[in-house]
Amino acid sequence: MQREDFDIGAEIAAFRRADPGIGAIASFIGLVRDINDGAAVAGMTLEHYPGMTEKALAGIVADAKQRWDIIDTLVIHRVGELKPLDQIVLVVVTGAHRGEAFAACEFIMDYLKTQAPFWKKEQTPQGAHWVEARASDDQAAERWSDPQAK
Amino acid sequence: MSIRILYFARLREDMGIAQELFDLPAKTCDVKSLRAQLIARGGASAAALGQGKAVRVSVNQDLARDDTPVKAGDEVAFFPPVTGG
Repeated sequence: MQREDFDIGAEIAAFRRADPGIGAIASFIGLVRDINDGAAVAGMTLEHYPGMTEKALAGIVADAKQRWDIIDTLVIHRVGELKPLDQIVLVVVTGAHRGEAFAACEFIMDYLKTQAPFWKKEQTPQGAHWVEARASDDQAAERWSDPQAK
Repeated sequence: MSIRILYFARLREDMGIAQELFDLPAKTCDVKSLRAQLIARGGASAAALGQGKAVRVSVNQDLARDDTPVKAGDEVAFFPPVTGG
């Protein structure tokens, strides 16, 4: 968790270091859009639950490492004030092959969106409001509900 | 027995507080009964946590269910469904 922006290239370069066992790096970057549910978004505030956030993310990553043959994972999530175009979240998964790295990266994002204690409050011309959770995010996470699901 | 209760996001605003200490009359309790006791206080608690409100709960920083036990010294948090990422 950090308030500052992150440099994708620098983060991935530092994360992979010089491990010749890594044959694939899958990554996801989440960004702030300027339109959400038809309303213009001027900016947003990201709140989290210090302590539980770290615990939840550690649990999600441990789960991913159990399900897939991956080498390591990196998760960076920003909190505080953000505006359109800003980066919100970075997930990086390294592995020997792409298939496991892609799947684990998607799993981590699906679980992060439904289980990690973050909340977005958007500022729009009509005022500020808390973003509602999406049923589609619950459905995306649901497909992993079997602990053996891959 | 006393527990610490935290509120986040919309629930923090609706409650008007970020945290409180709460005395449980019973020795054993679960999440469902704790929520009912808070709602029974009326006012902001009833409005924020009452029926029909989408509320998630954690006990000691793990997501909890209605039947998750709550005991003295626990940290319980109430919050809306999460929206990170």
